[in-house]
Amino acid sequence: MDFIKSKDLKYEYTRFDDETNTKEVIEALKGVDITVKKGEFVSILGHNGSGKSTFAKLVNGLNMLTGGTLYVKNFDASKDENIWDIRQSVGMVFQNPDNQIIATVVEEDVAFGPENIGMPSEEIVKNVDIALKSVSMEEFRKAAPAYLSGGQKQRVAIAGILAMKPECIVLDEPTAMLDPLGRKEVMDTITRLNKEEGITIVLITHYMEEAALSNRIIIVNDGRIAAEGTPREIFKNVEKMKKLYLDVPQITELSYLINSKNNKMSDDILSIDEFVNRVQEIGIRQDFVYKKNDRKADVNNEPILEIKNLTHIYGEGTAFEKAALKNVSLTINKGDFIGLIGHTGSGKSTLIQHMNALAKGNEGGVYFKGNDINADKSKLKEIRQKIGLVFQYPEHQIFESTIYDEVAFGPKNCGLKGDELDKRIKEALSFVGMDESYYKKSPFDLSGGQKRRVAIASVLAMKPEILILDEPMAGLDPYGRDEILGNIKKMHDDLGITIILVSHSMEDISSIADKIIVMNRGELAMYDTVDNVFNRADELKQMGLNAPQMTLLFTRLRELGIDVPANIYDVKEGAEILISALRK
Amino acid sequence: MNLTIGQYYPTESVIHRLDARTKILSTFIYIAAVFCARGIVGYLLSAALLILMIRLSNVPFKLMLGGLKSIIAIILFTVVLNVFFVRTGRDLFSFGIIHITTDGVKISIRLCIRLVMLILGSSVLTLVTSPISLTEGIEALLKPFKKIGVPAHEIAMMMSIALRFIPTLVDELDKIKKAQMARGADFDTGGLMAKAKSMIPLLVPLFVSAFRRADELAMAMEARCYRGDVNRTKMKKLEYGKNDYIAYSVVIGVTVSVILSGIFLGA
Repeated sequence: MDFIKSKDLKYEYTRFDDETNTKEVIEALKGVDITVKKGEFVSILGHNGSGKSTFAKLVNGLNMLTGGTLYVKNFDASKDENIWDIRQSVGMVFQNPDNQIIATVVEEDVAFGPENIGMPSEEIVKNVDIALKSVSMEEFRKAAPAYLSGGQKQRVAIAGILAMKPECIVLDEPTAMLDPLGRKEVMDTITRLNKEEGITIVLITHYMEEAALSNRIIIVNDGRIAAEGTPREIFKNVEKMKKLYLDVPQITELSYLINSKNNKMSDDILSIDEFVNRVQEIGIRQDFVYKKNDRKADVNNEPILEIKNLTHIYGEGTAFEKAALKNVSLTINKGDFIGLIGHTGSGKSTLIQHMNALAKGNEGGVYFKGNDINADKSKLKEIRQKIGLVFQYPEHQIFESTIYDEVAFGPKNCGLKGDELDKRIKEALSFVGMDESYYKKSPFDLSGGQKRRVAIASVLAMKPEILILDEPMAGLDPYGRDEILGNIKKMHDDLGITIILVSHSMEDISSIADKIIVMNRGELAMYDTVDNVFNRADELKQMGLNAPQMTLLFTRLRELGIDVPANIYDVKEGAEILISALRK
Repeated sequence: MNLTIGQYYPTESVIHRLDARTKILSTFIYIAAVFCARGIVGYLLSAALLILMIRLSNVPFKLMLGGLKSIIAIILFTVVLNVFFVRTGRDLFSFGIIHITTDGVKISIRLCIRLVMLILGSSVLTLVTSPISLTEGIEALLKPFKKIGVPAHEIAMMMSIALRFIPTLVDELDKIKKAQMARGADFDTGGLMAKAKSMIPLLVPLFVSAFRRADELAMAMEARCYRGDVNRTKMKKLEYGKNDYIAYSVVIGVTVSVILSGIFLGA
């Protein structure tokens, strides 16, 4: 049975431009035919602005279609009177966990939907119970949402929909703001609901690994359907996916690259297990020997930032006492590119705030070029200028009316004026790829990725010697992620800035950093070269972290007695090795 | 971020388990009683009721006194004002234009006792009622006035959303502040104008974010079939139990006694 069926579905809206006083009609969907069968798990992919969220809102009756037809569970979505029936059978989960929880107690929030549809009290109590159990949140029923983790909040949001007994759930990037652990929690919940309870799932996501779990993938580009098929069929078109500004899972890309040289390999492999099996089937050449040079790090041994015995305790002497940092000592050298990893609550955010004196430890200290950064309060501004910190979601600090003024804020605070100020702003903006035509525009009119680049430029314009970035790629689509990552690499290579990059993506960190700091429960768990850190995959796993996909794969191959190096992070490099290793 | 609003003290007690409507109405009746109290008997009766409630609520008395601390200045101010400005009664002390009279002292003492009892009485309400049940109670109590256009459901919904988002926005403000400090902003030095101006980089992002949140929340609520107070049911129905009737009887009984004592025994 077709649960969702659209024919030539269109949605357009008019945007009014204040400055030019003109109306502009924007076609978000230009005629799409989408069918979702009952019980199916469909992923919708597409870069930002492709129209995929618009589709989700049409299915839920949050937007009204402007052309074509759309039937949801046999209800005509173009008719106003059907809206409540549609919303009751199709639940929706949004991206930001904070902005969809209404009540101050978990169970009250889950009850919100059923209350709205006038369910009798006894039935609500029963359904809330079942829904909370279904997402494994029953022990938190009396908890305040503010104290839950992101993954837990999203599960509460899913429970809130389950309590209304829907047949389908549409999830609009539900994991974009979560850490890997939270993402896994949410994805496990979704797949279980689909498999065990037969709930139809429509998942909009930027993570290809998540899309690989679905029955079918639909790719939306520029308001139209660009491709449709099973994950295997879709991901093997590596070139096409890249053209659409999308990714493919690393393992699929690897199999595709090898297959192009050795057709015994398939080009559509989705999991490590599958890949390893195929390698065993093909077999390894007798004469294969490979020795990879270890990556060299630490070319420079001139310390720029030293942290000595740093301890930070929150709420000392109260019931809430919690050690956020415990006796952390480390040295960062000039020109280093350091990745900082650790699960949520490991102390990494607290640590970086100490690095530019936004927080002060109870014991120990931070030394910039040998000087205690907290020694002289009047020099704090200077310290913060030299040690730049870009917070998570930096676009949320934007406040000026033009992009130029926004970037000027930092350097102006440092006392710069006139030509020098002007020069700094222009340099920083051109560095993130924004020319003169952007200067007078309002930063609020930019897309998410562009806003973030402006925010990064505003810190860059202060000419920091060290730049700390807290998850600068979070929540962006694959194209936006690559762009920011490229900018950061350029800052390190061309401007010689020492970089400390906080990220949840082991793939990003391994591809770009020289050394890695691993934080765990407020302690410095590891601080070593990329190779040495990822060599300890088992320990990382215990800390709720993981090694990059490529490393995991090559470690598995080594365990099977194949003499390949384990320290492989790049897909192309991995492909080269395996091409020479596999029998033709 | 740990922020308690209205200082709810979560514990188990008879008073905690009472219906929110009972607690709100009883508090109002008690306030009336305190205002009607005239003689020593009236004061003793109201004080006895207050002490009984505090004991039953299992809230440490220290915590209550803590609540008094913040308004001690106001109490002192009113007392001093009355001591100096009441001119009736016998002079106890006079110096130049300053006259302290017996009536002045009496009225001040009475006022002081009344204020303390009022504040303690109403802080019992907020200490034993969670914000969410307080909102529910208010909604239920306002329901009869819906016919004359009081938007009871909407008021309650606004209160509960505000309660839900205060900790989130406080967190957000803290983040924005740190982010702007990392960009060299200075919030501590400078004159009044400079300080006011330095608030712009904090307030603009905070408002932008609050509006964005409001927009997303509205959409999430609509997606969950919210359409105001149309055919809405409640998971937890408010229902009066035996204890609620006992509570009403005690509070009303004491109040009537206080009023009667005032009439028959005089000031």
